[in-house]
Amino acid sequence: MSIVKAILGEKLGMTQVFDEQARAIPVTVVKAGPVRVVQIKTIQNDGYNAIQISYGEVKQSNVNKPAAGHFAKAGVSPAAHLVEIKVDNPEEYEVGQEITVTEVFEAGTRADVSGVSKGKGFSGVMKRHNFKGQGASHGNHKKHRAPGSIGACATPARVFKGMKMAGRMGGEKVTTLSLEVAGVDEERGLLLLKGSVPGPKGSVVLVREAVKARG
Amino acid sequence: MNDLQAVENAHVRDDIPEFRAGDNVKVHVRVVEGGRERVQVFEGVVLARNGTGPRASFTVRKVSFGVGVERVFPLHAPIIQKVEVVRRGDVRRSKLYYLRDRVGKSARIKELRD
Repeated sequence: MSIVKAILGEKLGMTQVFDEQARAIPVTVVKAGPVRVVQIKTIQNDGYNAIQISYGEVKQSNVNKPAAGHFAKAGVSPAAHLVEIKVDNPEEYEVGQEITVTEVFEAGTRADVSGVSKGKGFSGVMKRHNFKGQGASHGNHKKHRAPGSIGACATPARVFKGMKMAGRMGGEKVTTLSLEVAGVDEERGLLLLKGSVPGPKGSVVLVREAVKARG
Repeated sequence: MNDLQAVENAHVRDDIPEFRAGDNVKVHVRVVEGGRERVQVFEGVVLARNGTGPRASFTVRKVSFGVGVERVFPLHAPIIQKVEVVRRGDVRRSKLYYLRDRVGKSARIKELRD
């Protein structure tokens, strides 16, 4: 592979477009890139091959000295996000190189998208683990959305670890696999992905070549 | 104009005439049959217009051989070749679903005169 098949971007929101067969397709619009190569990691130096890419603007006053030095070494202006991408041939890249969306993706290919999902707060078991809940009637009293039994009695006399219960939901890293790339807007640097993408609007997502599309 | 709106506006057509619920329209629809494309006309009264932006749609109702037929078209769909406004209706609401329960004289709509 010649170019790294990954890019960082910002989720702008969802809409629909018509394809060439006049079907309406739901798409998520991602403002992808341009990203810059900040560091190249090689087997000799680091034990593995990877490139580090940066995305997003950040105020100069919000960059601490270690980060500022890291970016200055690469000759790249400080950015809000840094991500490492494993590659086979790190010698094909150079530090400071800019990668745009058209170099990475084209319409018709497939992509995996990672992002941080929307936080749902403290959620019950029906929402969090898709439990069925309990009956609406038959004498049920204030237990309509309750989990039911969480274990047996004197044996084992405890609740097993990992029992599905209510708790914090969302706000975790989620990857959606094999989304079709419905289009690429070169002029505006936009990526149109068929279907939904994790996270709220304005959140940063990592778009990679689909792991299941690789040979 | 932000980037999301730009993507949407690229699919919004500006060749669709103004019309509203109560109007009689002829919708010219492209139909592909066995690799051959032809145009089919669906003529009827607009029951409702729904939504905004690229997702906007409208419902057309006609009575065909005594059976009511309704079709919902996406307003900006490429399958629509053109929309002709045949007659403007004088109605006092935006959704004319009450027409479904009416036949004959009571299902008529006054023509709008200006």
